[in-house]
Amino acid sequence: MKLIFEKHKEGRRGFSYGECDVGKAKPLAEKYCRKSQAHLASLSELDVIRHYTNLSLLNYSVDTNFYPLGSCTMKYNPKFCEQVASLEGFSQLHPLLPQLSGGGMLAQGSLEVLYESEKLLCEITGMSAFTMQPMAGAHGELTGAMLIAAYHKNKGSRRKYVIVPDSSHGTNPSSAAIAGYEVIVIPTGTDGYMDLVEYKKHLTEEAAAVMLTCPDTLGIFNPRIKEIADLAHACGALMYYDGANLNAMLGKCRPGDIGFDVMHINLHKTFATPHGGGGPGAGPVGVNEKLVEFLPISRVIRRADGTFALDYHQPKSIGYIAPFYGNFGVILKAYAYMLRLGREGLIKAAEIAVLNANYCQAKLKKYYDLPFDKTCMHECVFSAIRQAKNGVHALDIAKYLIDQGFHPPTIYFPLIVKEALMIEPTETESKETIDAFIEVMIEIARLAEKDPSAVTAAPLKMPIKRLDEVRAARQPDLNWKPRTLFPD
Amino acid sequence: MSYIPHTPEDIRQMLSAIGVKSIAELFKDIPASLRPKSFAIPASKSEFEVTQILRKLSVKNATGLVNFVGAGFYDHFIPAGVDAIASRAEFYTAYTPYQPECSQGWLQAIYEYQSIICQLTGLDVSNASLYDGGTALFEAMMMAIRQTGRNKIILDSGVNLIYRTMLYTYTLNLSVEFVEIPVAHGQSSREELFKHLDDKTAAVILQNPNFFGAVDDHSDIVDEAHKFGALAIASVYPVSLGILKTPGEMGFDIATGEGQSLGIPLSFGGPYLGFMAVKNELVRQMPGRIVGATVDSDGKRGFVLTLQTREQHIRRQKATSNICSNEALCALRAAVFISLLGREGLKELAEHNYQKAEFAKEELSRVKGVTVKRSSPTFNEFTVLLPRGADEVVQRMIEKGFACGFPLGRFYKGMDNYLLIAVTEKRTKEEIARLADSLEAVL
Repeated sequence: MKLIFEKHKEGRRGFSYGECDVGKAKPLAEKYCRKSQAHLASLSELDVIRHYTNLSLLNYSVDTNFYPLGSCTMKYNPKFCEQVASLEGFSQLHPLLPQLSGGGMLAQGSLEVLYESEKLLCEITGMSAFTMQPMAGAHGELTGAMLIAAYHKNKGSRRKYVIVPDSSHGTNPSSAAIAGYEVIVIPTGTDGYMDLVEYKKHLTEEAAAVMLTCPDTLGIFNPRIKEIADLAHACGALMYYDGANLNAMLGKCRPGDIGFDVMHINLHKTFATPHGGGGPGAGPVGVNEKLVEFLPISRVIRRADGTFALDYHQPKSIGYIAPFYGNFGVILKAYAYMLRLGREGLIKAAEIAVLNANYCQAKLKKYYDLPFDKTCMHECVFSAIRQAKNGVHALDIAKYLIDQGFHPPTIYFPLIVKEALMIEPTETESKETIDAFIEVMIEIARLAEKDPSAVTAAPLKMPIKRLDEVRAARQPDLNWKPRTLFPD
Repeated sequence: MSYIPHTPEDIRQMLSAIGVKSIAELFKDIPASLRPKSFAIPASKSEFEVTQILRKLSVKNATGLVNFVGAGFYDHFIPAGVDAIASRAEFYTAYTPYQPECSQGWLQAIYEYQSIICQLTGLDVSNASLYDGGTALFEAMMMAIRQTGRNKIILDSGVNLIYRTMLYTYTLNLSVEFVEIPVAHGQSSREELFKHLDDKTAAVILQNPNFFGAVDDHSDIVDEAHKFGALAIASVYPVSLGILKTPGEMGFDIATGEGQSLGIPLSFGGPYLGFMAVKNELVRQMPGRIVGATVDSDGKRGFVLTLQTREQHIRRQKATSNICSNEALCALRAAVFISLLGREGLKELAEHNYQKAEFAKEELSRVKGVTVKRSSPTFNEFTVLLPRGADEVVQRMIEKGFACGFPLGRFYKGMDNYLLIAVTEKRTKEEIARLADSLEAVL
């Protein structure tokens, strides 16, 4: 499709602010003004609407296609949540209003949403308090790592390392590093669990924390998780829970009860807020009693008279992680979702997510290698090494699935599984949809034996074929450059 | 209640295919001792009930106030076309475009967004967006530290205090030395800045228009920073770039800012949009995602996520940053917003903001006891001095239906009587006149 700039026509307008009702003031001195105007396309409103509408039709989305993207939890996003978030009282509220004298009483609705969401998240996870500020999961990890640093500093110690398993999400080690820690990586044993012998070796006075997720990125719940937590605590390290996989745990197990000290929740995953092409998300961070005093400023409190206020008096706080109170619009949708599902709905979500994943695993394990044959939780991880021997790699499988109308699973992650295919069906997908997906996966396995080129040629039905990614990286073309359209 | 399509028969068949008798068996790896100590969540409610609850909460927030509060976050008009596009499910229920063949719509939209940010800022390359203006500024600072191998940062105190505070929070465990330069007559103090510039400086961080709304031409500061091998970083307000000199024209190496004013609702603090643009030579240091154009096996143009070797999913602890998401949907809103406005509309928007603020200055300077500070030109926000505490005045004005401004004493010592007033294109001549009248009555 043409770029919007390539549709430019001099003299066309899509929007006008009309006459300025206050008349003209003395213009700004020239030295403060831009010399050349921005080269932006001039189009009619319909041109713009049609352009972006047509672009939207080139996407796969949850509302149009099955999206079993492992670790990303792409479940259905209820429509009423969008409607609620766009209510004027919420969407038009200036974030500084409660910071003005007398303004707090004019933001009671939003403050209550923040307060009540925090309470629900505490109950769901078994943590003592949450900050709603972090704006994404990885942002939450960084916040958590900073809380850990503040905790140790307060005790007068400066610990050096954060321990992560090699199966962890890539953001865990990078978040720890950005918070100033060195990272020690623990390998996964042949049984699919973190190697405990290796782990114990690194539990020293230098270890600040252990960051992991449970169920892990192989989709497996480690039954020895409590022991891992106890060992960390015995040497004075804290336990960080990566909440990316919380969906499988709802009502079944709480990180707080296991002994995790800090955690984040990707609200967009577990609580079904849309992730719009890669964001916005939201990554609230929960802590137990040990860490409450270090949480970011400000916190929402409930006064004795039942009204809500912002508390800035937190002398040991790490400070501001976000300009205000987090991605409020996202938190609001998650809150609506939690109220709607309620206790039974949340438990059921976890149960069916796990049922769907195990069903996929059971149906496909004859056709694809299953590196760790265990009951999985909300996602299952296969390896396509058998198919790769015939030249059909995980990437080829992904592309063939696209042609069949399915968004591919996550591929080549976790890094510890060769030719990994990480499938997460989520609870909102029906048996029929999953069966259709399984059928195509089986067809691919058959083609890999008989006619590999039929798979490796894919995709053939999409607007574009496979892209030259090497060229994209070697000769970067990262923005449109005005050439002849806009002569200066 | 949940959004689950399974019938009891579906569940029975699936359990049988797995070879277990019950769903409970699938959770056998969770030891009994680790089952929840409590799970006291209220019972499910219907869509109607939840909608009612939230509707009631939404009206507990004030919506009728006439808003003159800015301080970095602005009440601009959002054309209906922006919501219409952003509420298309093919955009908002999609994920990160890891598979380009089924994500060309998103990838092209981000490429266009990147191009628009380059056009606004006058710089060479933009990324696919960051969380917000504050985190974007932090990431820019870290880039400068990586690029120069130095760790001293000269920070103009005209930079929004919220962002400055965020920079301090994020660097608690890193070794970064900050020097804050007080503002002189509203603008950046050259004298003080140049005193601290040396060959240990990684970057100078400035804001335009600054927190007080003051407009400046920072070209001379940028030149001086470059002489010492330091980088220059600008935090900018994108609407102002419809008329103001761009960071590129002033020679800045990096520009960041809050994109909320480009078609994103205020929404009580988020989600917002952090943007970042850099000179070509810094592209491989830039954090976050980047979309690039390339060709497919038939030679047809297509778009992919590129330069990913900087990112956390490949480099893990050695990654340029830990950022894993961008604010794609907010970036899309900005792209549609700017596309609707076009070159003429953007200029018009900036001019209206400027004109209305100038008009407000005139109206307010007629109010007895109010002094409009005029030591430097401003864009759409300016400072006034009141005869008494701004906090109290703000409270009295709220009772009269105005969020009349931001009291500077909250952020700056000794400025208790100063008020920062923002006037966007949405404020009418009549509202501005009423603001002046009400202020007169209150004072």
